Amino acid sequence: MRALRSAGGRSVLLRPRAVAVGAACALLALVVGVLALGSGDYPIAPADVLRTLTGGGSPAEDFIVNQLRLPRVVTALLVGAALALAGALFQSLVRNPLGSPDILGFTQGAATGALLVVVAGGSSLALAGGAVAGGLLTGVLIYALAWRGGVHGHRLVLVGIGTAAILTGVNGYLLTRAQLMDAARAVLWLTGSLDGRGWQDAWPLLAATVVLVPVVLGCGRALRMIEMGDEAAGGLGIRVEPVRLTLLASAVLLASLAAAAAGPVSFVALIAPQLTRRLTRAPGPNLLPSMCTGAALLVTADWAAQRLFAGHQLPVGVVTGVLGGGYLVRLLATERRAARL
Amino acid sequence: MSVTNSPPLQGGSAPSRPSSGLLGGVRPGGRHAPRAVGLAGSVLVLLLVLVLSIGVGAKQLSPGEVWQGLVDSHSEAWTVVHRMRLPRTLLGLLAGAALGLAGAVMQALTRNPLADPGLLGINAGASAAVVTAASLFGVATFDGYVWFALAGTAVVAVLVYAVGGGRGATPARLALAGAALNATLYSYVSATMLLDTASLDRMRFWTVGSLAGAEPSTVLKVLPFVSAGLLLALVLARPLNAMALGDDSARALGARPGLVRAGAVLAVTLLCGAATAACGPIVFVGLMVPHLVRSLTGPDLRWLFPYCAVLAPVLLLGADVLGRVLGRPGELQVGIVTAVLGGPFFLYFARRGKVARA
Repeated sequence: MRALRSAGGRSVLLRPRAVAVGAACALLALVVGVLALGSGDYPIAPADVLRTLTGGGSPAEDFIVNQLRLPRVVTALLVGAALALAGALFQSLVRNPLGSPDILGFTQGAATGALLVVVAGGSSLALAGGAVAGGLLTGVLIYALAWRGGVHGHRLVLVGIGTAAILTGVNGYLLTRAQLMDAARAVLWLTGSLDGRGWQDAWPLLAATVVLVPVVLGCGRALRMIEMGDEAAGGLGIRVEPVRLTLLASAVLLASLAAAAAGPVSFVALIAPQLTRRLTRAPGPNLLPSMCTGAALLVTADWAAQRLFAGHQLPVGVVTGVLGGGYLVRLLATERRAARL
Repeated sequence: MSVTNSPPLQGGSAPSRPSSGLLGGVRPGGRHAPRAVGLAGSVLVLLLVLVLSIGVGAKQLSPGEVWQGLVDSHSEAWTVVHRMRLPRTLLGLLAGAALGLAGAVMQALTRNPLADPGLLGINAGASAAVVTAASLFGVATFDGYVWFALAGTAVVAVLVYAVGGGRGATPARLALAGAALNATLYSYVSATMLLDTASLDRMRFWTVGSLAGAEPSTVLKVLPFVSAGLLLALVLARPLNAMALGDDSARALGARPGLVRAGAVLAVTLLCGAATAACGPIVFVGLMVPHLVRSLTGPDLRWLFPYCAVLAPVLLLGADVLGRVLGRPGELQVGIVTAVLGGPFFLYFARRGKVARA
């Protein structure tokens, strides 16, 4: 392993354990996806689901699987992957396992944008647009505020936390300004829910993923150098600030689009990269395996949220929030002992 | 802030080199005199803000009418002044003192300049407990809230201190640990509100942080908790001073670090728990005030704590008055005003680099 790691940037793709973990998580995500497609008020056997997906089912099955349930599952997979990738990027860039977009203010910014739309009485589509605009504006703001001849990890963390606190106050205020019905809708969105997702929710995220993932992976080697420290990376010929700006912008865009599709689902961005790092036992950002883990995590959480309590569907954000809380306490305790936090 | 009106004060010594007054012997000579004068000046500023808070509101009253309302039970203004503004002002006084002092105690305890009950998730702990009480048990009054709030505060205070506040933690680490806990607890709070629309309606105003709608009885009920916390904090000022030098030195100076830490966590619990139960979570007061005050008093906690207790209500009530003026005809909740005021302060502080590099 070690020899492979020091052999150069591209060697990470050859690391067998990372490939195995990524493949296993991708498989898990697909299996759970098929199970989720088959479960509901009208249960369909997994074999029939697969047959329907390939175009062989009855008209009723075709409608239920391809029209009703598939958009939700696809959205879950994409949101999970996008959040995990954003989280992995942030955690690498700020060199801290807690540096995820939901803690550094970007998610709160997306929420502010969405809440403004809710208070103004806008449609669901406008809400998604508000979320993306809010997230991006917050990203620009935090980057500008953290800039002092370069963006240092710790400064980004502190500026992000401060911004998050201000925006939380603003969001609370916007919530008091809304009608009760709208407030309930807003809180549902703020928790993160995949209920009633259609193809129009999945497409923007899919397009962004297709464009951004190659960009991000192309910067992967530079990111691993930056993780070792700005000076070391600069010495190795990496242009630190442009790379960092590109990666931050990609991460903010992914997190905002994910929020637009499903609301600010908490903790996936925080947990997935960490879980992946432990599974692959590899240092560094683990970008692709993290995406697979995130997709598996979110689709499983959503399936559980629908099935956990008979007759009562929970929003997926509640499940990830509870999982995240437990994991967080563990992370804080172990990382502190290892003095890595 | 109006603090600049007070007479020029001498800065204290560096934290690593506390004044020789550490062991309790009040130093003879004029060194403490300016700080005493400054404290008296601060009290005056506080009185001014108290007057403002009683005088300014949604219903515009002339100073004469306000005076009538205060003293004459037959005047028109009596109800406004006695039912609404007086309780609100007194609650702001108590909650402000509690939050400012809690921040100062936490900063001393963690030796970490970014400690704030709001940022470290301690208010969120109280919120989570209160929301649980509201949705599970239908508790809707302060009497019911307060015990839940105290329990939630205590649990999170211990947790944050244990996982993030220990010795090696840098400000950024501590802040991250707190922010992460905050995020967890708020996701729980919003999930609970989501499953129960009735509690959402009640709680969405409470979770913002507001002094509006304070009942006279609430003020009386907050009073014992805040007074106990205040007293405890003031008693702990000296041993906490000693602990700035490290546990071993503190022991040599006669302090018992374990006991002092437990006492400090208890003080923070009493102060934050009561304040949050009464007003909802309010951020940044506990961060800002000790920092501003430190430039007046220096690091000696025996001066820092009383100054914080006097000047934090100035900030909170000032923010509340500002919210009433800016939000007309309604009002901006005080928690929002402090977040918007305190955020830039925090950002400035974070950008200055001293903390960020730590």
